[in-house]
Amino acid sequence: MTQNSGQPSPQEYSKMTEKYSKNTKSYKTIPKAFLIGGLICVIGQVLLNLYAMAGFDEESAGMMTSITLVFCAALLTGLKVYDNIAKHAGAGTLVPITGFANSVVSPALEFKAEGFVLGLGAKMFIIAGPVIVYGIVASVVYGVIYYFIGLFL
Amino acid sequence: MDMIWEYLKAFLVGGLFCAIGQVLIDYTKLTPARILVSYVVAGVILGGIGVYKPLVDFAGAGATVPLTGFGYLLSKGVATAVDQHGLLGAMTGGFTAAAAGITAAILFGLLVALIFKPGDKS
Repeated sequence: MTQNSGQPSPQEYSKMTEKYSKNTKSYKTIPKAFLIGGLICVIGQVLLNLYAMAGFDEESAGMMTSITLVFCAALLTGLKVYDNIAKHAGAGTLVPITGFANSVVSPALEFKAEGFVLGLGAKMFIIAGPVIVYGIVASVVYGVIYYFIGLFL
Repeated sequence: MDMIWEYLKAFLVGGLFCAIGQVLIDYTKLTPARILVSYVVAGVILGGIGVYKPLVDFAGAGATVPLTGFGYLLSKGVATAVDQHGLLGAMTGGFTAAAAGITAAILFGLLVALIFKPGDKS
């Protein structure tokens, strides 16, 4: 009955969405992600060189670069610019550290109306939280392995 | 000329990390959150087995700016801390290394969220 009622069946529907949403445009999305992501990294390299010229040691210059990129991404998210670039860039604006900053600022801003503690303060970590949890736990596991390898070598 | 080559390497390697991320978005069901988590954990593992450092030496910001670089930073911080403090370093090294990035994201995130108004997404 549902087959003839003019509504697509679930299988047909998933085929349709696949056809219109995915593979048809990968030839555009992947180069765009490459281009914009690459450009963000070039900006990072420019900052890195500038901070090195300003007399920061290698480690501090790297930190300053991260802080600057995070600041710019936060500001551009507030100005609604970052998300407009992200619509075209996809993973190009997600994968760099600026995407991490955007994933913090965007929900913080959006859920501000739900309060400063459980809205802004909690929702800030909706994506950054899992990233920190699994990143830190992975680093602890590595640290323990590294320690015991050091004992035996 | 060296300068141009340096930027080109950063562009190519950084772009490649993002292109891989886009392939994951286009051809798998991985959500952006899962991709970010995978990238950081991959960075810790690649840093731990010693593969990522040569890439950082080669590509500079092209390898440190993508979130795998954040993972690499965690692994580097933990190794340094374990060298200094023994097993305790495993507990402190990660956050120490990541402090600047995470604190910046929290601080600027709060400031921007306070100053700006939430807008419609379009």
